Amino acid sequence: MDVLYSMIVLTLIFSTPIIITAIGGMFSERSGVVNIALEGMMMIGGFFAATAIVFLEKSDGWVGTSAPWLALLIGLIAGGLVSLIHAYLSVNLGADQVISGTAINLLAGGLTIYLSQIIFNQQRTETFQAGFIKTTYAGLSKIPLIGPALFTNIYPTVYLALILVLVSWFVLYQTPFGLRLRATGEHPHAVDSMGINVYKMRYIGVVLSGCFAGLGGAVMVLTFDTQYTAGSIHGIGFIALAALIFGQWKPAGLLGASLFFGFSQILGIYATSFDFLSKIPAEYFNAFPYVLTVIALVVFSGKTVGPKAAGEPYDKGQR
Amino acid sequence: MNKFKGWLGNEKNHRFLIPLIAILLGFIVGSLVMIISGINPSKLFISLTRSVFGINLDKIGTGKSVFNPRYVGEYFVYCMPIVLTGLSVAFAFRTGLFNIGAEGQLMVGSFASILIGIMVPGPSFLILILMILGGGLAGAIWGFVPGYLKARFNVHEVVVTIMMNYTALYLTNYYYKQLPGSSNSKTIELDEGLTLKSEFLSSITNNSRLHWGFIIVIIAIIIFWFIIEKTTFGYELKAVGYNPHAARYAGMKVERNAALSMMIAGAYAGLGGVIIAIGTFGYGRVLPAAEGYGFDGIAVALVGGNTALGSLFGGLLFGSLKAAQPIMQSSGIPRDIAIIISSMIVLFVAMQNGIKLVLKHIGGAK
Repeated sequence: MDVLYSMIVLTLIFSTPIIITAIGGMFSERSGVVNIALEGMMMIGGFFAATAIVFLEKSDGWVGTSAPWLALLIGLIAGGLVSLIHAYLSVNLGADQVISGTAINLLAGGLTIYLSQIIFNQQRTETFQAGFIKTTYAGLSKIPLIGPALFTNIYPTVYLALILVLVSWFVLYQTPFGLRLRATGEHPHAVDSMGINVYKMRYIGVVLSGCFAGLGGAVMVLTFDTQYTAGSIHGIGFIALAALIFGQWKPAGLLGASLFFGFSQILGIYATSFDFLSKIPAEYFNAFPYVLTVIALVVFSGKTVGPKAAGEPYDKGQR
Repeated sequence: MNKFKGWLGNEKNHRFLIPLIAILLGFIVGSLVMIISGINPSKLFISLTRSVFGINLDKIGTGKSVFNPRYVGEYFVYCMPIVLTGLSVAFAFRTGLFNIGAEGQLMVGSFASILIGIMVPGPSFLILILMILGGGLAGAIWGFVPGYLKARFNVHEVVVTIMMNYTALYLTNYYYKQLPGSSNSKTIELDEGLTLKSEFLSSITNNSRLHWGFIIVIIAIIIFWFIIEKTTFGYELKAVGYNPHAARYAGMKVERNAALSMMIAGAYAGLGGVIIAIGTFGYGRVLPAAEGYGFDGIAVALVGGNTALGSLFGGLLFGSLKAAQPIMQSSGIPRDIAIIISSMIVLFVAMQNGIKLVLKHIGGAK
């Protein structure tokens, strides 16, 4: 039973950055802009958060004690700023969104390590003393079943991710803004004819995706790592993209997909403790989310899924 | 002057002007980044000259040997695979498909050639040919899957190829380790006869890793040009790329062509994998992460305007930025400035609509 509980906790922890980043991707794609630069934006967020915490944790008072949270905020802002490039190219210049995304992924890989060398004189950031620390919540962890699975040895960022799923669902489906954003990704011309600024909606969508991806990257570095390195993000941005697609561009769907993908990574680690799994190599578990996404795309291909106008630059004059 | 302005504004010239401007702007941004971080940008250009021409400008006038052909040899080693991934991306682009999967196709190409080299017995020369063809075929299969899914189910090739890159990474890593004699990081070394290594080429370039792979690259460029420019098939591919609806109306098999074009694109990337595995190294490597050849290929194809010759020039350009990295690092410049410059060039090519507007404005268009 203990193994099961620790697997649930680890699944939640592993899924956290995937969930947060996938939410970001949802806002961008729902507004009609494809964002394959989630990976790069996570790198930027992770790097700036790691750099920030190295300096912040040395200071006294509340800045020192809340350094991880401040670092998260800085990662979020950095991700948002980088996404402005993608927004400008995709929205204002009508650029190919996949090329723009590719360029940002490349740029993020180069820029973060370049800045590490300028700031820290090495290929990675300095190590920080403490990112987020696993906590057991005294009262709550005593609750039977839920306690050991949700409140024992867990990072507070897990709750942040779950709250963000709820908030994003509310914003997307219960507010006028959400309706407009979704409509912009489906029928931008109809939205425009109702007097809503398509460009503005898409800017908001892309910048939100940058903020979330930056936050996701920051969470990842501050929980799994003690410094930012070139391998810190290692494809989680693309897993988030897969989760978004597998989850059908919906908050509940991407939550489920992210948890599932997180779980498959955990299984890779725990496989040795189960007889029937120990024969399957860890690499299979690693490849699993990607293969599954391709299969899902084929299975769902008959139905109309995904924002209809995603990937197409908006041209007012087009009929 | 006015004539020059008109020339800039003329849309016919934009096809080659935009890549040139993007390259220029990329280097300007890179130099600015260096200046801001307190590094003299001239070091960048000294490193580039040394990596491409083997000429060390710092040593001029010191009486020491200025020219080292080893760098020239290594430069071509860096260029060759990205010319091939560039051709791969360019070929798919011609049909209006975006092949982000060159990375994965390259990995399975590497793997297939190593697999054949280790497992299949026989006369060296025959096996070597089998290894090259096998690598190309493996890449073609890896490219065919997204092409077929696009044709049959209308699934977007960008997403499928991204997913297949990671699938290729993890699966080849596992199977490399299963080959007889493999350690956790690499396979056994192949016999010299089963590689593209060349003592002759190495000796004339002061012991660089230069290998016979360049012959494959040249043949690949010629075949690319021939298919696109001289065959009906190539004509149809281009037509589908320009306007799939018109092509369909004209009776062309748009879906079949999409699958075929991704297959050929995959074969190019697979060959890129072959020359890395059995040319540069001579053994199979378990990779901790993708090495970025596929993404370099996107940059190469974009700068090269998706043509055969353009991809060659693009490969020579981005190859220089790759080859200069070790030299930069040893002369005190963070090597990653080269990546920043490459990515900025791609970014500026993506901004071509903006650049076109500026050019037309200069040209005096209303």
